[in-house]
Amino acid sequence: MVRLINSAFNMLSRRLDGPLSIVIIVLVALGLVVIYSASGGSSFDRAVGQFRNFAVAVTAMWIVANVAPQTLLRLAVPIYVAGLVLLIGVALFGDIRNGARRWLNLGFTSIQPSEIMKIGMPMILAWYFHRKEEGLRVADYAIAALLLALPTGLIMRQPDLGTSILIFASGFFVIFLVGLSWKIIISLSVAFLAFLPFAWGLLHDYQRARIMTLLDPATDPLGAGYHIIQSTIAIGSGGVFGKGWLNGTQSQLDFIPERSTDFILAVFGEEFGLVGNLLLLSLYLVVIGRGLMIALNAPNTFSRLLAGAITLTFMTYAFVNMGMVAGILPVVGVPLPLISYGGTSMLSMLIGFGILMSISTHKQLVAS
Amino acid sequence: MIGQALRNREAELSVFRRRVAFAVVVTLILFLILAGRFVYLQVVKREHYHTLAEANRISVAPVVPTRGIITDRNGVVLAANYSAYTLEVTPGKIPNLERALDELGPIVDLQPRDRRRLKRLMEESKNFESLPVKNRLTEIEVARFSAHRYRFPGFEIRARLFRQYPHGEIASHAIGYIGRINDADLKRIETAEQSVNYKGTDHIGKLGIEGSYEHELHGRTGSEQVEIDSGGRAIRSLARTEPISGNNLTLTLDIKLQKVAEEAFTGRRGALVALDPNTGEILALVSMPGFDPNLFVDGIDPVNWDLLNNSPAKPLNNRALRGQYPPGSTIKPFMALLALDSGKRTPEFTISDPGHWMLAGVQRPFRDWKPGGHGMVNLQRSVVVSCDTYYYGLANDLGIDSIHRFMLHFGFGARTGIDIDGEMPGLQPSQDWKMKRFKQKWYAGDTISVGIGQGYWLTTPLQLATATAILANGGKPVVPHLLRDVQDVRSGAKRPHEPKTREPLLIKPEHMALVRAAMVDVTKPGGTAAGAAAGATYSFGGKTGTAQVVGMKQGEKYDEKKVKEEHRDHALFIAYAPAEQPKIALALLVENGGHGGAAAAPIAREVFDYYLTGKLPAPRKPVVSDGPSD
Repeated sequence: MVRLINSAFNMLSRRLDGPLSIVIIVLVALGLVVIYSASGGSSFDRAVGQFRNFAVAVTAMWIVANVAPQTLLRLAVPIYVAGLVLLIGVALFGDIRNGARRWLNLGFTSIQPSEIMKIGMPMILAWYFHRKEEGLRVADYAIAALLLALPTGLIMRQPDLGTSILIFASGFFVIFLVGLSWKIIISLSVAFLAFLPFAWGLLHDYQRARIMTLLDPATDPLGAGYHIIQSTIAIGSGGVFGKGWLNGTQSQLDFIPERSTDFILAVFGEEFGLVGNLLLLSLYLVVIGRGLMIALNAPNTFSRLLAGAITLTFMTYAFVNMGMVAGILPVVGVPLPLISYGGTSMLSMLIGFGILMSISTHKQLVAS
Repeated sequence: MIGQALRNREAELSVFRRRVAFAVVVTLILFLILAGRFVYLQVVKREHYHTLAEANRISVAPVVPTRGIITDRNGVVLAANYSAYTLEVTPGKIPNLERALDELGPIVDLQPRDRRRLKRLMEESKNFESLPVKNRLTEIEVARFSAHRYRFPGFEIRARLFRQYPHGEIASHAIGYIGRINDADLKRIETAEQSVNYKGTDHIGKLGIEGSYEHELHGRTGSEQVEIDSGGRAIRSLARTEPISGNNLTLTLDIKLQKVAEEAFTGRRGALVALDPNTGEILALVSMPGFDPNLFVDGIDPVNWDLLNNSPAKPLNNRALRGQYPPGSTIKPFMALLALDSGKRTPEFTISDPGHWMLAGVQRPFRDWKPGGHGMVNLQRSVVVSCDTYYYGLANDLGIDSIHRFMLHFGFGARTGIDIDGEMPGLQPSQDWKMKRFKQKWYAGDTISVGIGQGYWLTTPLQLATATAILANGGKPVVPHLLRDVQDVRSGAKRPHEPKTREPLLIKPEHMALVRAAMVDVTKPGGTAAGAAAGATYSFGGKTGTAQVVGMKQGEKYDEKKVKEEHRDHALFIAYAPAEQPKIALALLVENGGHGGAAAAPIAREVFDYYLTGKLPAPRKPVVSDGPSD
């Protein structure tokens, strides 16, 4: 009997990465605790909902982890193409919600195709560079840039600045890791900076307002600056040890908008203080460290690039969200990974981890 | 080929490793920036943000104390509080108030009067103040509004304490009223450094006792710290400092006596002040016509305000304190006392009155009110029949400054010091005064008319009553006052009001007795007030007066009927009772009432009857003005 349970457990956990699994569980558990507090400390609805999201996402992660990297390699093109087609579909037929065209109604369900691209983008580029193992020419980078720019542009047009930045980042990390020369990186950065004033003209008013607000939140204390002012007050007033779980006055009294989703760090920071924040940073560093180790130990180019890009994208999520809530980055709609309430981001995040785990546990088989 | 591939693999791996290393460094830097930011927010600037967070969530709201209750000397409530729902609006929060009010129509019964009042209040107050739209909502209105409340942001229903004056017009001038705090009140509050204590209070005593004893009645404002959410809604109370209710005041007034006195004035203008001659406690303070103080509590609407303010009868003018009238013959007892005191006359000194008196060097004679005169008149008779001729000569012998000095002792020509505001000083003329006022020499002829209470001499009914009280109590100066005691709400202890005291007058008792005896004779057959005193079960002293109305202040337009009425003499009467041990002294005046004995003395009789025997006056009959006059 014991042996049966043992072998069942082995069957189930065979493709799971131990350290990653533990940290993910800790982070999600922490998230549940904060979500409960953020929903007023009286209703389990949100926490239970998030647990359900987690259960679904974990299942997906387990399935993906059991998919061999070679299969993932073959799926790269279909996933990317499907995502791109859906994005074009959104641009043409998408539903407008909250002033942005992000959702596509498929008849039976609504999806946000940009979520598919979160996985599709690093996969396609890793796939592309995997095929060009013999040495890369400038033309290859140009094609990669095109693969990167198409979805990014479509998503930016929706408009969804946060997601487009993250998707751009996930693709860029692949190109970066593959060895794009510093010269090009630096000259592209310079070009990008030169382009910024023009980009300013392309931005939507609310996007401009958010950037202006970041520079000086006080200019619009009841409008766009309100988010930042209230979240910095929340975090700052938390002090070193925090006000204690369920005791955050800012959080409990409805001063923080989006407090169980994008701004959940404000609740966390207020109630658990600097100690909590540093713990959170450490947990994220563990995830990133483990992810990069998996990438370094990966057996082939595709796995390596994909694992590295997924990990660095995760890092970007964490940094952008925390930077935004702490008032050093503009407000873009990026959730705090594994903590924020939300099924979609949890799902894409854990699918990413599923890929990491697949790479981590399948390497022996493809080592040669 | 394989070696080449291997070398490529090695090269690629090493590039990858270096890029990962770089990424690790960047990640660490970024996370260090975050950590630094958290340290900055949560350690360095923690105090700052803590303060902001506290300010964010805590709002200190004032808790307005309950205003003290005012009762009369027998415990009858004169001013009380009651709780009612009021619909309030903060105009600054509403873009189109007119439309919002129109939409409110079917929900709350809004009268044109309410709208007019709101308009007036808006002109007087700031945009962010909460102003009453309608007071005293019915239960149904409250329920209906609550159901539609979401449609009316900026409107709110509040439970408020309202001031109520259950006796309406009765004693309105003494009690006064409260009204909404205006700019002038605000300045006064600031000067008194009471701004904090008046947070949340929007009414203040304006007149009478309500105005003058505001500091006792208001109480101490409490405060409540409430936790609010970002929408400003109170979530819960964190701490509360209870307000301290205002102190309860007991007045010296006897409201039933007041009512008797006011009813005795029915249809006439005038004033009456009755006091306890031994203490100066004011038993009744009448100024007719009065007004309903309840109109002012919620902010008076323009129509009623115009009615009160522009009425020729001037109901808002407190005649008892502010009306300055020539005292007429009512000052003859005081003149008689001065005659004896100065030694210019003995009780036996007798004149033969031809009906007029001649001043050396003046052609025109000073006429007595009675053509043909009173015959042989000594001091006692001069009071009883009110002989003018006797006093013409006396005044001439005394000289104005001697009169002036003596009369000051009785309180003439100066404020009595009553404990409510607005009192006028009257006028007790002297040579100095005339020089200062008119840059003119005092003529001997001026003194003659002063001798019968005419000319420059002006008194308020309150002054006359106070002087009468001093006569009645045998020369003890009293300060008239309305407050009897203050009850501390917390301890329940009563703190008696201590009126100011003055030096007693040094008047020989036999002189006093003589004059008082003459005043009692005034009410006996042959006296000018005999008619009014007939059938009384007690004896009382009095003196009638008839003041010529000189120079009209109101009624500039020529209107024969009106001018005639206004040119009619004022009827005056001073009296005290019972004659032996006076318990009540009064002075009263009926504007354009005619002769004192006929128009004024009967009012005093009704007041005395009620106060001394409990007898209520017979149902009102039309005023008749005949019988012995002045």
